[in-house]
Amino acid sequence: MGKVKKRWIALYVENEVGVLAKVAGLFSGKSYNLSSLTVGTTEHEDISRMTIGVTSDDITFEQIKKQLNTMVEVIKVVDLTDMPIHMKEVLFAKLKRITAEEKAEAFRIAETYGITVIDIDRDAVLLESTLTERRNDELCALLRATFSHIDIVRGGAVAVEGLSTSCR
Amino acid sequence: MDIAGKKLIVKALMEEGVDKVFAYPGGMIVDIMDELYQKADIELILARHEQALVHEAEGYARATGKTGVCLVTSGPGATNTITAIADAHYDSVPLVVITGQVAQDLIGNDAFQEVDIVGMTRSITKYGVTVRDRKSLGRILKMAFVIASTGKPGPVLIDIPKDIQQAAGPGEYPDQVSIRGYKPNESVHIGQLKKAYKLLKSAKHPMILAGGGVRISGAEDKLLEFAHRMNIPVATTIMGKGVIPEDDPLYVGNSGMHGRYAANMAIMECDVLFSIGTRFNDRITGDLNEFAPKARIIHVDVETASISRNVVVDIPVVSDAALALEKLVEWAEPMKTDKWRTIIADWEKEHPLSMKKPAYGVSPQQVCEAISDTFSGALFVTDVGQHQMWATQYIKLNSDSRLITSGGLGTMGFGFPAAIGAKIGAPERDVVCITGDGGMQMNMQEMATAMCHGIKTVTCIFNNEYLGMVRQMQQMFFGKRYGITSLRKQSTWRDTSKDVTNRESQYVPDFMKWADAYGALGIRVTEESEILPALTQAKASDLPVVIEFTIPPEEVVLPMVQGGKAMSEMIL
Ligand SMILES: Cc1ncc(C[n+]2csc(CCOP(=O)(O)OP(=O)(O)O)c2C)c(N)n1
Ligand SMILES: [Mg+2]
Repeated sequence: MGKVKKRWIALYVENEVGVLAKVAGLFSGKSYNLSSLTVGTTEHEDISRMTIGVTSDDITFEQIKKQLNTMVEVIKVVDLTDMPIHMKEVLFAKLKRITAEEKAEAFRIAETYGITVIDIDRDAVLLESTLTERRNDELCALLRATFSHIDIVRGGAVAVEGLSTSCR
Repeated sequence: MDIAGKKLIVKALMEEGVDKVFAYPGGMIVDIMDELYQKADIELILARHEQALVHEAEGYARATGKTGVCLVTSGPGATNTITAIADAHYDSVPLVVITGQVAQDLIGNDAFQEVDIVGMTRSITKYGVTVRDRKSLGRILKMAFVIASTGKPGPVLIDIPKDIQQAAGPGEYPDQVSIRGYKPNESVHIGQLKKAYKLLKSAKHPMILAGGGVRISGAEDKLLEFAHRMNIPVATTIMGKGVIPEDDPLYVGNSGMHGRYAANMAIMECDVLFSIGTRFNDRITGDLNEFAPKARIIHVDVETASISRNVVVDIPVVSDAALALEKLVEWAEPMKTDKWRTIIADWEKEHPLSMKKPAYGVSPQQVCEAISDTFSGALFVTDVGQHQMWATQYIKLNSDSRLITSGGLGTMGFGFPAAIGAKIGAPERDVVCITGDGGMQMNMQEMATAMCHGIKTVTCIFNNEYLGMVRQMQQMFFGKRYGITSLRKQSTWRDTSKDVTNRESQYVPDFMKWADAYGALGIRVTEESEILPALTQAKASDLPVVIEFTIPPEEVVLPMVQGGKAMSEMIL
């Protein structure tokens, strides 16, 4: 069956009503494990691009790509799993009811991770991170271990092929 | 010149060569109906229920290979079609279903008879869309006909709001469309096919498993030629039954859950399995880990997504069946398979298909054999249940006759309307419906459709007083606790000793009175000697005929492989 692991797909679809529902419905209807899905426009206003993260074994993943390909609204399926890609995910973390000492720790973490403190209050800070999904996972784990009152808002990953692959 | 949407819809139907539209009226399609009223070359068939209507269109499409066209209103008209659309989806039947929709300014208001039918049918259509712009109407209609009928065929649903039907817009109906996300496979990878051929050629115990895809692509003759040139025995799935004539010496029989012993054994023991036009449904494979355990598998299918989904195959070939077979026939050279075929013949001798003579009533085997003899060359249409399995076992198909059945979804209520639709598509042929006393009652209102349109079918009801297929499970695996599978009056449910021959007092409805009520001809058959006269009379009749056969209630379908068990574990 191959290893169960995280995989990435870029999906070009018609920018039409109902397409997002149809793609999402495929995953729920066939019990595929969808872990993130983002969608936005492209240089062509009638085409959207989705970045989809799934956790699956090889066989299921093959099937997912084939099923997506059978959809009339799907223009192209690109498997990003083993490609050189650039990936970013926006994450916001609100650290609340923190002490001065914890605040200093928050700044240290921000500096180490290369992320920004975008707002600050007497006993709270708001962090903005634009890192890879995996790096954000690590950040979340650290924040959870360090602070007790946090709100986390994550945006889902967006990925693009590196120039060497997309220009070929 | 600009024309109203409804006029463009009718123009599209005309240009697609549509001669029948299966329709049921309502407020949201009354504009289109009015437009159709003025077109003598399109016949409107008025069903009595939208589910049956779509099954009728399916019967028409399955019998003719043409796309079945349905027209229904919004809301309940649309939701009533869902089961039959799913049926068409799982059996790859080309349909264009047009649903009326409330005007766009009302969509989203929970308006009267507004439902999101495109959303509801998303996972059971090949394509579905609501037309939101009058300008795109022509293109969308063309897309519907192209998508429904090409590649792996299937149902397409086009939802048309009332304002679009009325709005003026471009009058052109395109003769072709290019759809960037839709590229059905139209060629075959020769290298891959060569590999497949080499592997097959190297086999000692080769087997061909042919499914419904062979018929969809019209590859029956090529398959026969290929099998004969190479001397390879052929088993079929239920959907593939008849793609090679059943009296052919290379034909082994149906495989699967209620398949022939020899066919299932041959698949268990073969060393190369060449499967074509089947998706390896669980009814065919049983326990996947035990399916064709000794074989390397070649899989030819037109849809990439059907390959290596259920069964992981050694050589996948994405191709239309006819295209692949055409090439293979060119290369084919005879193989020595005499020994292997003798082994298969011995399995057949060991456990042939046959049923015992019943103590009273008639045996399903006798009835099926008499039906195939009397109506040789007919279209046989079944419902779903034991009678369906008996039909797949004992109806003999020659090169003229065909079986039409609900294979993928197993929809009770399919048979009778599908038979009506088949007869509408092929009026010159005999159409015989084989149905159960349960399934008959799921669409029996359609007798009115048959009577009013003068459509003569012969409906054979296998009356065993039970929802037999489920009762068989209770009988074999649940200690004969026949809860809610008895169709007798509830007071007699638990009384298995009750004299079942005295049916007047126990059975509802009286099918003879039902036939009579609609003006059809009813014939009841309770013993063997009545079978042939009844069928002969039915064949000669100008009216729709209903023959009710008294089947002993506890007859079972054998062999049987329990769901999830290996195909070798047949209960004989
Ligand atoms: C719409 C629908 N509901 C339920 C079932 C489950 N089911 C399969 S066969 C069967 C019994 C069919 O009874 P009948 O039509 O009398 O045929 P028999 O098996 O007795 O020949 C049932 C209930 C089904 N296939 N379709
Ligand atoms: Mg029955």
